[in-house]
Amino acid sequence: MFVFDQLLHRLKRGCETMAYPHGLAPALPERHGGSLRADAAKCATGCSDCVPVCPTAAITQPGTRGVSLDLGRCLFCSACVNVCPSGAITHTGDHRMAVRSPTDLVLGEPGREELRLACALEEKRLRLFGRSLRLRQISAGGDGAEEADLNVLGTIGWDLGRFGIQFVASPRHADGLVVTGPVSRNMELALRKTWDAMPAPKLVIAVGTSAISGGPFAGESRVLGGVAAVLPVDLYIPGWPPHPLTILDGLLRLLGRLEQDRAPAPAPAPRP
Amino acid sequence: MSAPSTFALLANASGVPWTDVPAWSAAELVRATDEALARGGRLCAWCGVPEGELTCLVSIVAFDADNTLAVARSLPLSGRYPSLTVTQPQAHLFEREVWEQHGLVPDGHPWLKPVRQTAGDAPAQAEFFRVDGREVHEVAVGPVHAGVIEPGHFRFQCAGEEVLHLEIALGYQHRGIEAALGGGPHRRTLSQVESIAGDTTIGHATAHAMVVEALAGTEAPLRAQWLRAVALELERLANHTGDLGALANDVAFQPTAAACGKIRGDFLNLTALVCGNRFGRGWVQPGGCGHDLEPARALTLAARLTAALGEVEQAAGWLWESSSARSRFEHVGVIFPQQASAIGLVGPAARACGLVRDVRYDHPAGWHRMAQAPVAVWPGGDVLARARVRWLEIQRSGQFVQEQLVAAPDGCVRESMPAAAPDTLAVTLVEGWRGEICHVALTDATGRFRRYKIVDPSFHNWTGLALAMRGQAISDFPICNKSFNLSYCGFDL
Repeated sequence: MFVFDQLLHRLKRGCETMAYPHGLAPALPERHGGSLRADAAKCATGCSDCVPVCPTAAITQPGTRGVSLDLGRCLFCSACVNVCPSGAITHTGDHRMAVRSPTDLVLGEPGREELRLACALEEKRLRLFGRSLRLRQISAGGDGAEEADLNVLGTIGWDLGRFGIQFVASPRHADGLVVTGPVSRNMELALRKTWDAMPAPKLVIAVGTSAISGGPFAGESRVLGGVAAVLPVDLYIPGWPPHPLTILDGLLRLLGRLEQDRAPAPAPAPRP
Repeated sequence: MSAPSTFALLANASGVPWTDVPAWSAAELVRATDEALARGGRLCAWCGVPEGELTCLVSIVAFDADNTLAVARSLPLSGRYPSLTVTQPQAHLFEREVWEQHGLVPDGHPWLKPVRQTAGDAPAQAEFFRVDGREVHEVAVGPVHAGVIEPGHFRFQCAGEEVLHLEIALGYQHRGIEAALGGGPHRRTLSQVESIAGDTTIGHATAHAMVVEALAGTEAPLRAQWLRAVALELERLANHTGDLGALANDVAFQPTAAACGKIRGDFLNLTALVCGNRFGRGWVQPGGCGHDLEPARALTLAARLTAALGEVEQAAGWLWESSSARSRFEHVGVIFPQQASAIGLVGPAARACGLVRDVRYDHPAGWHRMAQAPVAVWPGGDVLARARVRWLEIQRSGQFVQEQLVAAPDGCVRESMPAAAPDTLAVTLVEGWRGEICHVALTDATGRFRRYKIVDPSFHNWTGLALAMRGQAISDFPICNKSFNLSYCGFDL
């Protein structure tokens, strides 16, 4: 009877995998806020309220007026948004955050108020990996949160396998390395060896603020402050940890699998 | 039981002036701690506090039956002292840690080697316990494992399939958190604490918040305490559900594995409903909570919680009904109650050996002084027992949250904090989903952290996994490991 119960249950539930990316993306939690937008032109003269409240010094004031926000260091705590008197830093509600270069994470200057989202891989690697990408994950001082949300992508709701993307056990079988954590010194050797064991061509994806800049541990003596200190990074996915939707968007973006985003992304409406 | 006078006694989440902590010679401290543990105490923390060139040893013992914590320290010393591990195995990692951090040598320690290998070389580059014999072979696994999981090194001594001994070498995730917290609180202290173990963000943030509040001689507003209790159970629900799914997955029982993977996400999303972050970052803060749970939001949460609990009940039901899945868990990875108390096991792993040991019940602080869930205990000490305890806790945590959602106290959720008292030691225990989280903070003359000690439940329990593997087939390691599901980064700090 037991087997029949289960079959019946499966039939009743139907397909539980989300419609995205062909349908609408699931909504982020209301208080998540999504990505950030920084408009230095809106900064009031002499105002630097947001600089001291940032836990990771992601906000700097390069000149006398206007701020610069580095989403590669950001923990998305919203402290700056809450303290800004002139609405210069706001949440956009957008889940899309993956970029190809760390400079694309720095917001503030005119024309650079928002993230410059990642474009697809170049022709050669795109042809090889576009429809089949095998990833090996390495946690290098990661705290388990990024790893958990990477695992979530394998569950029935997200079903990463339908995109031809799969996590594999051996670096010999991997096309790409997904790194989480600020890269502890004690993991440096293992990280390098894993990378060396992978056949070329290959790629590196840094998932989470810790993997990009060290996050809350940036500058600590026991960490190297992100993957880029050790390996060439092809994709940066900010977040603490990034929402699974943000990670999935980054992977699909890198593989040129988001039809509607082939053209430059339209500016999303700012969140009220 | 009469209170031991060699210790200063305090309740969970309270502080005591450093000068009021009785100071003894190291040998006397070891003797007194040994006596306290022999009387039924439990070693929560054993750590060093630098005192110029020298080091003070600090011993923190929990008397569960008395709801009391006992603290004593040694006079400053350097060099050697008689090992506590000789009579109390639960001290073995603590003494190795003190040796690594402060250079104090415990005389007679049976296996003195670094805990995290902070000197710069890879943690596995050390001597391992070897079993000799023509049939004996060694299996080395890690640091990089086969799944999306944290790194650690396991060294098995096997005779054929049978594991004679497992030694676990960790430290790969070491980020230097305790050192980073020194001189704090800094601007990023809370973020670092939330990152001790990402899946225990609420547990560690709550322990940190309460220790900071204890140092300041204050408490969070009642509504914040209520909210923290709800948050802690949501974290437990998500992780226990994930663990049941992972156990099912490891014995190739797909129905429960697939369902629990999804339901775990539903529980994480409940946390995100309140604070925006699936792991609860920014929710618990010193002085209260960063986000309130308004009545309308509480109704949404209650409805979604009820739905998720219904689903997990069904998914767990399939697992218990399947005799083939159940038989893979039975009599595998057994730990006996005597072993469990000797090595100081905590959390579900201890309760699965029949030990009634739960901080929420033994050392209630915060909202747990007003409301408690029954302690979930299961005898047997095997993988099945550890799974059953999780299932009991899912039910009881679910019911607890449902009850609490309609019992919210009024008021604000955050108040500004007074300054921390100088030269004060505060201790907080929180029952995280893996077990007892212990945070110890000692302030200097200006009220900054002079020493901040963190004991993640994994620090107590990794030894349990090693013991559970004795005499097991090595192929059973995955389910034994999953049944503990310990934290690498929480241990490595």
